[in-house]
Amino acid sequence: MTARRGTPRLGWMDYVVFAILIAAVAYVWYRVDSVLEYRWDWAVIPHYLYRWDEEQQRWVANLLMQGLYTTIRLALWSIVLAALIGVVFGIMRTSRRLFPRLLSRVYVELIRNVPPLVFIFIFYFFISSQIMPLLGIEELVRSASPETLAWLEFLFGPPKLISNVISGVICLAMFEGAYVTEIVRAGIQSIPKTQTEAGLSIGLSRLKLMRYVILPQAVQRVVPPLAGQFITLVKDSSIVSLISIQELTFLAIETAVSTTRVFEVWITVAGLYFCVCYFCALLFDWMERRMAVDR
Amino acid sequence: MKDNVVIELEGVNKWFGDFHVLKDIDLKVRERERVVVCGPSGSGKSTVIRCINRLEEHQEGRIVVDGQELDDDTRNVAAVRREVGMVFQQFNLFPHLTVIENCMLGPTRARGMSKAEARDRAMEYLARVRIPEQAEKYPGQLSGGQQQRVAIARSLCMQPKVMLFDEPTSALDPEMIKEVLDVMIDLAQSGMTMIVVTHEMGFARTVADQMVFMDEGRIVETAPPERFFANPESERTKLFLSQILSH
Ligand SMILES: Nc1ncnc2c1ncn2[C@@H]1O[C@H](COP(=O)(O)OP(=O)(O)OP(=O)(O)O)[C@@H](O)[C@H]1O
Ligand SMILES: [Mg+2]
Repeated sequence: MTARRGTPRLGWMDYVVFAILIAAVAYVWYRVDSVLEYRWDWAVIPHYLYRWDEEQQRWVANLLMQGLYTTIRLALWSIVLAALIGVVFGIMRTSRRLFPRLLSRVYVELIRNVPPLVFIFIFYFFISSQIMPLLGIEELVRSASPETLAWLEFLFGPPKLISNVISGVICLAMFEGAYVTEIVRAGIQSIPKTQTEAGLSIGLSRLKLMRYVILPQAVQRVVPPLAGQFITLVKDSSIVSLISIQELTFLAIETAVSTTRVFEVWITVAGLYFCVCYFCALLFDWMERRMAVDR
Repeated sequence: MKDNVVIELEGVNKWFGDFHVLKDIDLKVRERERVVVCGPSGSGKSTVIRCINRLEEHQEGRIVVDGQELDDDTRNVAAVRREVGMVFQQFNLFPHLTVIENCMLGPTRARGMSKAEARDRAMEYLARVRIPEQAEKYPGQLSGGQQQRVAIARSLCMQPKVMLFDEPTSALDPEMIKEVLDVMIDLAQSGMTMIVVTHEMGFARTVADQMVFMDEGRIVETAPPERFFANPESERTKLFLSQILSH
C-alpha cells in the first residue's frame, strides 16, 4: 500500500501553487496572443475530430480521431506483442542454459543502446521489405470475405492501412519488448530461490515450475512497472509517424499543415494523448488494487 | 519388507568451490526405516539431504534413490523427486495459492491427477496433519506450526516413498514445535521411510531406527538410538550430545 486514500485536504501552500500555475498559463496565453499576434481559431478543430458525411448521412471520424483510433489500436496490439516478447525473452534471460540467456541479452542490449528512432528506421526497412510480404497481409485483405473484412477493420482499422498499421505494431513491439523483457526478468528474479526448490521437490518440471509457481508470483510484482512501461509505449507510439504509420502524430502534422492552426492542433493532440494515457494509468491503478484485495 | 534399500549413498564427496563440504559419505536407508541426522551447524547435514533429491549435485560417489542413480545423465530428475518428499526449515509454501491448492499442485501438475481426485487426497492429508479447516486460507494467514503441517501435507500428497525433513521445527516458536513433531511421529508410526535432520533428541529417541552424527562433512558415527545416547563411541559425539542434551 502506498499513500493513504481519502479526500485530499488543501492547505494554503496548495492555493499558492495553484495561483502560480494560473498566472503562468495566463502569461503564456498573453504572450502568444499579443506579442506573437497569434489569432486563436479553435473553431476549425471540431471538424477535424468528426465531420458530417453527406453520403452516409452520419458523423464520421475525421483525421485527428482516425489518428487517435489508429494510435489506440497500435498501442493495444504492440502491448500484446511486446508482452509476449517480454515474457519469452524474460524467461530466457533467467534460463540456466547459456544460449537463450545470451540471445536475450543481445536483444536487450542492442535495443537499449541504440536511439529508438535509428532503430525504427533500420527495422522498418527490414519489416516492410522482408516480413510484410512474408505475412501476406495484402493478399489476405484482398481476398477476405466482407465479414472477415469487417472484423479486420474493427481490429486493425481501415483495410487499406492494415499492413501499414501492422508494420508499426511490429516495430513498436520489438522496441518496447526489450524493456518488458527487463521488467519480466527482474520480476522472476525477485522470487526467492526457496520457491524454486519447493516446486522442484514436489516433482514439477522446470516449465511447470515457471508456469504455476514463479510466473504467478512474478506477475503481481511486475504489474506496476509494466503499467508504467505501457503508458510509455502509448507515448512512444508517436515516433512511428516518422515511418509514415498513419497514427495520431502523423495525421496531426498533416492537419497542422493544411489548416495552419499549429497551436490549436497540437494542443488538441496533446489533450488526446493525455486522455488515453491517464485513462490507462487509472485502469492499471484499479487493477493493482483489485489484485491486492484478492490476496 | 525391511530389507528393500530405498536410498543408498556410497563414497559421496562434494565441494562448494574449494570448500570440501561432504567427505566420503556412506548411508543406507531401507524401506520403513527412520534415520535421524544430527551434528553441529555447518557440518553438512542439509547438504546431504539436498543431494538426495538433487537440489545439490555431488561430484564424486554414487547416490541411488529408489533404484535410480542420480548423476548428470539422469534423464528425469523430476520423476525421482516425485518419490522423495521434502520439508524445509522455512516451510516454503506457495504464497499465491491457498492451502488446498498448495497440496493439489503436485498431484495435478506433476502426476496428472484430476482436480477432484487431488482435492479428495489433499483433504485426506490435511486431516492427517490436523488442519482440514484451514484448507481455503492462504499460507500467510496461518501460524508457523500450521504452515509447517501444510508443508508436510503438501509433500505427502505426492505419496512419496521417502520423506526428507531439514530441521522442520527450528524456525518455530516453542509452543508450536510439539504440534509438528506429533504429526511426524504419527507419520513414522504409519511406516513412512524418513530421514530427519533435527536437534529434537526426544523425537529422535521415540522414532529413530538409526542415529547419524555428522561433523565437518563426515559421518562420524552411526548407531541405533539406545546405544547412540547411552554410550557413543566417538569423543566428538559425546561432546555434541553433552552440549545439546544439557538444556
Ligand atoms: N551454496 C553454497 N555455497 C557455498 N557454501 C555453502 C553453500 N551451502 C552451504 N555451504 C556451506 O557448506 C557447509 C555445510 O552447510 P550445510 O547447510 O549443509 O550445514 P548444516 O549442517 O545443515 O548446518 P545448519 O545446522 O547450520 O543448517 C557450511 O559451512 C555452509 O556455509
Ligand atoms: Mg542446515
